Amino acid sequence: MSVATDQPPVPTAPVATAPGPGVISERPRPDAAVSLEGLTVQYGTNRALADVSAVFPLGAVGLLGPNGAGKSTMIKSLLGFITPAKGRMKVLGLDVTTSPQEIRSRVGYMPENDGHIPGMNAVSFVAYCGELSGLPAVDAMQRAHEVLYYVGLGEARYREIGTYSTGMKQRIKLAQALVHDPDLLFLDEPTNGMDPKGRDEMLELIRDLGHNKGVSLILSSHLLPDVEFTCDHLVVLDKGRIATSGRIGELKGPAGSVFELRIKGDSDAFVAVLQANGLECHATDEDVMRVFVPGGKTARDVFALASQHGVQVRHLRASVPTLEDVFAKAVGQE
Amino acid sequence: MPIHDQSYRHYGGSRQPAARAWLVIARSGIKQFLRRRPMIGILFGSWIQLMVRLAMFYVAESYTQAQALLGPSAQTFRQFLEQQNFFVFLIAVYVGSGLIAQDRKANALQIYLSKPLTRVDYIAGKMTILATYLLFVTWLPAMLLLIGQILLSGSLEFARANLILFPAITVFAFIEVFIVCCAVLALSSLTTSTRYVAVMFAGVMFFTEAIYGTLRMVTGSTAVSWVSFTASLAQVGDAIFRQPLRYTTPVAVSFIVLAALVAVSLSVLERRVRGVEVVS
Repeated sequence: MSVATDQPPVPTAPVATAPGPGVISERPRPDAAVSLEGLTVQYGTNRALADVSAVFPLGAVGLLGPNGAGKSTMIKSLLGFITPAKGRMKVLGLDVTTSPQEIRSRVGYMPENDGHIPGMNAVSFVAYCGELSGLPAVDAMQRAHEVLYYVGLGEARYREIGTYSTGMKQRIKLAQALVHDPDLLFLDEPTNGMDPKGRDEMLELIRDLGHNKGVSLILSSHLLPDVEFTCDHLVVLDKGRIATSGRIGELKGPAGSVFELRIKGDSDAFVAVLQANGLECHATDEDVMRVFVPGGKTARDVFALASQHGVQVRHLRASVPTLEDVFAKAVGQE
Repeated sequence: MPIHDQSYRHYGGSRQPAARAWLVIARSGIKQFLRRRPMIGILFGSWIQLMVRLAMFYVAESYTQAQALLGPSAQTFRQFLEQQNFFVFLIAVYVGSGLIAQDRKANALQIYLSKPLTRVDYIAGKMTILATYLLFVTWLPAMLLLIGQILLSGSLEFARANLILFPAITVFAFIEVFIVCCAVLALSSLTTSTRYVAVMFAGVMFFTEAIYGTLRMVTGSTAVSWVSFTASLAQVGDAIFRQPLRYTTPVAVSFIVLAALVAVSLSVLERRVRGVEVVS
């Protein structure tokens, strides 16, 4: 008789047993990770998501937006925690309304808040989550050991979760989301409360999962560098609506269309001049402004305007567009 | 170079149907409580009455003079279950009070409900944990007492004369356990503190009994026993065991009170057991 134990496993090849009767093993590959059609979610009179339509491709997708944009609401709707007022949602090609359990057996969810099952050590907790996701007890225990090593908790896996630091709690949440080998991961603010080193390690793990391990993921965050480092695609949410979406590289646009500009003279007046001439301009830290030059115009136009208005250009440098530019532009347009 | 690959690997094994999730919850919860010493103490204590009753049956069978005093009757089994109520209360408080409250405190509901299980699976799993221990102190010792009586007497005479006892013990024990499970789990879902749950459950048990006592003194009638949870359960128990009813309240009324308690409890559970708490 096979019994699950807390003992370390003997490393073996990935578990591969023949499915028995009543066992689920087929996993069709869908076209998109998530697709939304006119999704509207309301909390009382407050509309958290307003008629959102979007397609999240397979791969690593960042769900970016300021606090309160509706990111967590979207993920919770996809998991079936929240019933939308209207609209349709599909996860891995399955309708959320009709197949919530099948979806949840194929996705992993790393919640934003701390969450664990009381009275368990890490390995028991992760194995338990594996069993809840349909893994046999022995396989779940073996997977628990493996994913705990993967997320960097191998040495601390017999400790009570209540004694873990914030960073370790983030890692254990990732482990429980991974234990059943999901096709899609929902990661809600995965670096919350982590120190810089821990944050870098967590981002490396997420990047590895999305790029080397073939796990599609949707990373919800308000931290632009996190999304830029880990994801290829981006969906920007703002005030419950999609502000922009697409491949990060394409959204950034070609280099050179954004300039860093420093002038001597009345900056406010010159910003107004630039904007009046169709050049989008945002002041950044110190006295540097960031100028978006649309197609058909060049840096010469900036010089010409400066000359016309008696402004001395002290510094003009083509800037590599960052996600910050994309985000500022997307959110600013709303 | 590492000896073993400790990187992430895909799982190629089998997956069980999601319908078994409640069983996983139940099995894990039952094991968790069995590791606790106070639990073992309560379970051991709950069987002392069984041992004493069996000893009494033995004496009654060995000495005919003691038959009238210590011999079994249908009422003996009714009394046995009634006296086990002390342990029902202890287990309801010790096991039941934290079943959902602690999950709420640790934000575990969002973890559970992000797995392929429904809220019904979750509640069924938690209910099975409590029900298992409650049946261990009610139905199981009562049935063993009946079987013990048959073995000690060496005849089926008593069992044949009281055929009602097998179904009566089973029906009453399961009704009692189901009602207690519903009430305790509903209370447990209302707070994150196990102590509050224990206090609230004691309130349901004793406060309603105190109200009944006051009303009985004022009205001079036992017809108001329906206000008490324990009195209603006792009345239904008497009816199931075909014993003389102790209150003048119609059995149907007592039964409706218990059914209403279950309905309210299930409604509370439906509202409180969710993956996300929305305050609008």
